[in-house]
Amino acid sequence: MPLDNAPDSKRKYNVVGTRPLRPDGIDKVTGRAKFGADATAPGQLVGRILRSPHAHAKIRSIDTSKAEKLAGVKAVITRDDFPDHTDGDSGLYDTMYNIMAREKALYEGHAVAAVAATTPAIARQALKLIKVDYEVLPHVTDVDDAMKSNAPVLNNKMFTDGVDPKPKKASNVARRFEFGHGDVEAGFKRADIIVERSFKTEATHQGYIEPHAALASMSPDGSAELWCCTQGHYMVRDVCARILGIDISRLRVTQSEIGGGFGGKTTVFIEPVALALSRKANRPVKVVMTRDEVFKATGPTSATSMDIKIGVTKDGLITAADGTFRYTGGPFAGCSPAEFGAMSAFAQFHLDNVRAIGYDVLCNRPKTISYRAPGAPMANFAVESVIEELAHKLGMAPIDFRIKNAAREGTRSSYGPVYGQIGLGATLEAAKNHPHFKAPLGPNQGRGMAAGFWFNFGGQSCVSLNIPIDGTITVSVGSPDIGGSRASMCMMVAEELGIGYDQVRAIIADTSSLGHNDVTDGSRTTFATGMACILAARDAIKKLCARAAATWGIPEDAVTWEKGYAKPAGANAGNFQPLSLKEIAAASPGTGGPIAGHHEYSADGAGVSFATHICDIEIDQETGASKIVRYTVIQDAGKAVHPSYVEGQFQGGAVQGIGWALNEEYIYGKDGRLQNAGFLDYRIPVCSDLPMIDTMILEIPNPGHPYGVRGVGETSIVPPLAAIANAVAAATGVRFTQLPMSPPRILKGIEDAKASGAKKAA
Amino acid sequence: MSGIKVNTKINGDPVEFMCEPDETLLDVLRNRLNLTGAKEGCSTGDCGACSVTVDGRLTCSCLVLGAEAEGHNIGTIEGMAHGEELHPLQKKFIEHAALQCGVCTPGFLIAAKSLLDKNPDPTETEIRFGLAGNLCRCTGYDKIVRAVQDAAKDMRKSNSRKGA
Ligand code: FES
Ligand code: FES
Repeated sequence: MPLDNAPDSKRKYNVVGTRPLRPDGIDKVTGRAKFGADATAPGQLVGRILRSPHAHAKIRSIDTSKAEKLAGVKAVITRDDFPDHTDGDSGLYDTMYNIMAREKALYEGHAVAAVAATTPAIARQALKLIKVDYEVLPHVTDVDDAMKSNAPVLNNKMFTDGVDPKPKKASNVARRFEFGHGDVEAGFKRADIIVERSFKTEATHQGYIEPHAALASMSPDGSAELWCCTQGHYMVRDVCARILGIDISRLRVTQSEIGGGFGGKTTVFIEPVALALSRKANRPVKVVMTRDEVFKATGPTSATSMDIKIGVTKDGLITAADGTFRYTGGPFAGCSPAEFGAMSAFAQFHLDNVRAIGYDVLCNRPKTISYRAPGAPMANFAVESVIEELAHKLGMAPIDFRIKNAAREGTRSSYGPVYGQIGLGATLEAAKNHPHFKAPLGPNQGRGMAAGFWFNFGGQSCVSLNIPIDGTITVSVGSPDIGGSRASMCMMVAEELGIGYDQVRAIIADTSSLGHNDVTDGSRTTFATGMACILAARDAIKKLCARAAATWGIPEDAVTWEKGYAKPAGANAGNFQPLSLKEIAAASPGTGGPIAGHHEYSADGAGVSFATHICDIEIDQETGASKIVRYTVIQDAGKAVHPSYVEGQFQGGAVQGIGWALNEEYIYGKDGRLQNAGFLDYRIPVCSDLPMIDTMILEIPNPGHPYGVRGVGETSIVPPLAAIANAVAAATGVRFTQLPMSPPRILKGIEDAKASGAKKAA
Repeated sequence: MSGIKVNTKINGDPVEFMCEPDETLLDVLRNRLNLTGAKEGCSTGDCGACSVTVDGRLTCSCLVLGAEAEGHNIGTIEGMAHGEELHPLQKKFIEHAALQCGVCTPGFLIAAKSLLDKNPDPTETEIRFGLAGNLCRCTGYDKIVRAVQDAAKDMRKSNSRKGA
């Protein structure tokens, strides 16, 4: 039983790598599964939130007296109900400011007051009776405009971090980041060809189908219960307790089934509001967002503006790569993923000279929050577009150009660390040999590709594994299951214990039943919580072996565990009949009591992951309409625990990327108001837009995990933007540097190119 | 408050409820009858998470008033399985991993069933257009389409067996 974490390459798996049915499947196909909005409590009230109609405005006063007098209204709250308990923690202060505006409303949709009432109609009416006196201020939503010296400044205490000397004038630039190594200027001097381009992308929303929902119940004695849909109920507990000024242990948060998150449910919005309403009304309060609120007040990702410059020698070696990445963060510092964007932009290359500069920029948009591989897709779009262009200029096949410059084991990455075993080369080679790559194209069709990268996270997990007297297993984990992870947890436990998958059940424990678990993000759950499951199972095995040893009267280390049985380790240990898990469990009341395994830790060793995508697109030259006709995802999973759900992650990420590339965008009016806060006008891909999404799972083991598992959830959204842009360029002869490539934009590009005698074409 | 008394059949059972004139059928199902299988993803008819059938016709329950249900037969996800026996579509969705988070699943199942009721042997394109009113943000639709194809195949087989 090797206890070190290196994967055993010769290991044969019995459960891992198979495709069992998920444990929550029946509940979810029968409508029985309880999501955020599906819970009720006795005597519950309806909570609703009043939101700012202005993109930027000083809140002079809020008069709630009329609303309070309305029959059926049980509580009205404003900023005054959130006294500052944040104790100098600026991130927490900003979170509090975001859930309820203080001096200013900082974006259209910013919460300014909330009511709890007996019916939805009364709650709606009460909102209308609240009088907010606004002083409207100039606003800015565009990232480049926000960086101008004459831009309206959102926070006059904001002096850019990361520049020396620190500026004396306040601005919207919260921070500058720089990554890289070598001498970029010298590298460009050695280049034979240099391509330099600027790019822009619009903000997109995670677009989970389930709006945020919370059911809170808080007593006057300060104890509280909260039910909500979140990617991290421990985070919700800690943040809410600190905002409300109560002890963390007084608040128990139970996580509902979660209807999608993709990073967007990694913070709090309505949860502290529901609790504060409940505290004031002394009754349970349920708050459910409308779709309009989801678009206006929850996290889109950044809008960006980027400049990329890459130089190559005649024989196709990159001599230098330089990029500037400006990302909107909404109204608060530290929210944009500019840092990840800059870190990941060039991560797929072996570079001697590289520099990536990121800017975290404030503007009057909702607070930016993670969206699947946060920051990486847009940076990848810019870089991989330039790479494609360089390959054409070199007269080299883009795939060969990428292979020639690909990062490999031992490469110093553009963001610092030296890579161990990575799968980038394997995905590129697999793409080159894939039938898709050689298939003929029809008229008006173009093929594009791109390779992408994501870091993957580890982080804190705590797992408890209990063995009742019949020898079946309950695993309690604290990581919300957002895409079938309970199945993977059961599989890994079954694998370790050498029993059947059907003998193990995983539950998501509430915050009072288990130690802290980080948010389900960064593709960490199957890796980090999964490894904690494996280690908890190994802990249980030790205890099971000890019971067998005591039964046989031999030393503990003379017992070994094999395929669900405790056995004497060898001939010298004695001749005893192996004891099954079931037998040991049945005897446990008399041999020392309940048997449980635990593991709690902070995992590192999450292996980076790479993917290569190939896309065929058809463009209607008359209308600019596009249709993806074929799409292939090739990604390194390290080890696929449940291949169906790994494929599902590949496909889901790719399709979100397709939406981002072709249609999705936040459209702001001159008044700073969002023009398309609904699924009709913010168009996410539907079934009829798409072909099947082919997948190919490669397994290059992660040395940091006992089975070699790497996170798989995020990398798949990184390459599509560029792969599609490259396909569109191939189909139209026009290089698009702005997303989304919506039909009107494509049409305009085609017409402009025609008008300028196709000179503009790449 | 002017409550309206409504008589319907839901999943074959007679159901009587009171509702306000501005309450949607979705509100009634979820908040008054505790049938929370239909989900509210948008309330504007754009996501299909609230799909039900009204006299066999696929309908967004967020676009229908509760009062309009008077005298009609409503079908919801809660009525799809027969006792212990899951509907073939339900089985195939689980088998094909056609759900990740599962919040869109009730709507897709109702929409897919209503498609197959009309067209037992749809092409991939017909399935894709038949399900185009339902949004799924997790799966990229690939496994959903495969699950529907596979369920349709099984249902055709068992129907032809019944017919023979
Ligand atoms: S909730 Fe009815 S269509 Fe979205
Ligand atoms: S499975 Fe999550 S929205 Fe479809």
